[in-house]
Amino acid sequence: MNRILKSRTLKTTAIAAAVIGVVGVAQARDQIRIVGSSTVYPFASYVTEEFGAITEYPTPVIESTGSGGGIRLFCNGVGEGTPDISNASRRIKASELERCEENGVNDVTEVKIGSDGIVFAQSSTNEAMDLTLEQLFLAVAAQVPVDGELVDNPYTNWSDIDSELPDREISIYGPPSTSGTRDAFEELAMEVPSEDMEAYGGEGYTDIRSDGVYIDAGENDNLIVQRLSEDTGAFGIFGYSFLVENPNTLIASSINGVEPEVEAISAGDYPIARSLWFYVKNQHADEVPPLYDYVDMFVSETMIGEGGYLMDLGLIPLPEAEREETRRKVEERASLQPSDLQ
Amino acid sequence: MSQSFDDISAQLKGRHRRSARLKWISMGSLGLAGLFLVLFFADMLNKGLPAFQQAYVQVELDYNEDAQRMGRAAMDREIAPLVSRSFERLIPGMIRDNPDLLGTTEQRWVLANSEVDQYLKGHRNQLNEAEQAAIDELVDSGQVALKFNTTFFTNGDSKMAERAGILSAVVGTILTMLVTLAIAFPIGVMTALYLEEFAPDNRLTQLIEININNLAAIPSILFGLLGLAIFINFFGVPRSSPLVGGMTLALMTLPVIIIATRTALRSVPDSIRHAAFGVGCSRWQVVRDHVLPLAMPGIMTGSIIGLAQAMGETAPLIIVGMVAFIPDVSASFTQAATVLPAQVFTWAGEPERAFVEKTAGGILVLLSILIFLNATAVILRKKFERRW
Repeated sequence: MNRILKSRTLKTTAIAAAVIGVVGVAQARDQIRIVGSSTVYPFASYVTEEFGAITEYPTPVIESTGSGGGIRLFCNGVGEGTPDISNASRRIKASELERCEENGVNDVTEVKIGSDGIVFAQSSTNEAMDLTLEQLFLAVAAQVPVDGELVDNPYTNWSDIDSELPDREISIYGPPSTSGTRDAFEELAMEVPSEDMEAYGGEGYTDIRSDGVYIDAGENDNLIVQRLSEDTGAFGIFGYSFLVENPNTLIASSINGVEPEVEAISAGDYPIARSLWFYVKNQHADEVPPLYDYVDMFVSETMIGEGGYLMDLGLIPLPEAEREETRRKVEERASLQPSDLQ
Repeated sequence: MSQSFDDISAQLKGRHRRSARLKWISMGSLGLAGLFLVLFFADMLNKGLPAFQQAYVQVELDYNEDAQRMGRAAMDREIAPLVSRSFERLIPGMIRDNPDLLGTTEQRWVLANSEVDQYLKGHRNQLNEAEQAAIDELVDSGQVALKFNTTFFTNGDSKMAERAGILSAVVGTILTMLVTLAIAFPIGVMTALYLEEFAPDNRLTQLIEININNLAAIPSILFGLLGLAIFINFFGVPRSSPLVGGMTLALMTLPVIIIATRTALRSVPDSIRHAAFGVGCSRWQVVRDHVLPLAMPGIMTGSIIGLAQAMGETAPLIIVGMVAFIPDVSASFTQAATVLPAQVFTWAGEPERAFVEKTAGGILVLLSILIFLNATAVILRKKFERRW
């Protein structure tokens, strides 16, 4: 009896040890690990799939963590447990790069891949409504200047902002505060126009109204698109690729007279557009052999060029010269310096 | 003092009315719940069933010199734009792996791209009228057709909707659930056994009991945070792996299994224990030979339901990195993987229209598995349960 018990105890211990053993083993990697922006995610995952399908390496793993979350993970240190690449829908901040360096991540190459426009659109059952950036700002800001003083946003109809605009209730579905699209919207459509308004004292103002006019519609841009076809009086704020996918149901507003179109966004004429980036940890280049094969494929003309595959998915290509610049940086594995971010 | 008979009969009408009202209200609630269920299923079936069909094109593949570099060159100029890029990009590799192909031709049914697929299913698409007319002709001549979508079951995730499938998510779910079961079942059952059969009834065990009951009600995302802090950051378990996902979900399932096991143990009548003790069994023998076998159906039912709950969970898995783009089928517990609900979540966020049906299709598969598991639990209980 005792012996049986003993052998069972041994077995249990062995299983427990095996489990712990599996946990402890550090795995050599030929699988790239990528984290970061949900805006870059559809483009990056297309490239990773292609990479997995036509090279001998396994498909890289991509997690959509948001730009900030991605850079945080990326900057946690060097080693197999940390990601090799972080995608971002904004440039890395000087403070983030500083943290990277503190943790030993001191050789990072910055790769700019293209642009993305944020569109302000509504159901195509309506007439197109052209706005200026300032009108858009006045529709979403929490506090607006009235007779030189800041008051809680009193505008309920578009015609209250400007009598030229139609007499329709203002109702806007947009991304929640955790979203990179929201960050970019606040920076480009709120900070920029408010800096020129005296009432804000020359400082950018980014508070979005919370009186029910602006409705957080969740991270999923599809939901916003769906709700626009049901709530035809409302507008939505989302990424350009969702406009491309729904050409028959949506109609976008031009901003400052510029329609959200490929050329205008690429040239920087459309005011609510941002660049997309990713950051490569060069210290992993030797440990993770396929790293630069993947980067090379990403920046190739067939992907990010005019008429490239990513353009079909809604990526807006950079101008020719900038694409060359991107490829040059990748070839040199140029190391990003804090002074570059000034 | 006492009410007259007349008073009582006067009240009677009102009392009957009140009970009739209660009956109607409760029947109404049931009807409403049923209606929601029917609407949900109808919507899912309506959206999801097309996912099990996919458009295919018959192409004449001509393995020529140009096709070694660009797969498109192997196909007829008019047909090539209809073919999925997921096939086109494989052609150069096919010739590289098998040089004999060069110079030969072959007829083959291959995946059409999602625009063709959506057009054939009568959904919104971006084809212009000329392209649509061309496809209609090919359909008439039998070169384009909807067929059963095997790709959906034999492929992992893909950015190309026509190629996206659930295999990697299904395998990931199985691996994750194996880990969860291997950890939560023995620990859960043992804990319950100790608390129920061995532990003295004192302040400490009461405190543990209360805590276990509370744990069962904790929002699952907190278990994800715990998993990140302990398993990934402290023990260094690989992120996104079924191992870490399974361990995290095991934490979540543990209280469910403990509570179910304790209920099952408690329902074994004391007379069984007394009889066993009476013939001289040790406590271990009583538990192993009498109490556990009798409680087993209840324990199994509880564990299966706990597992089914864990299988539908995404929130804690987002935190440990299992909601990711995983086209490859994971072959080990430490490789990155995803699970079914996470796959549904990923698809729901894709901009392409063709992913709407994939999302609903994924939900149908997940629902069928859960219904199967729950039915197993019911059958086990009905078959083996003993009433005293």
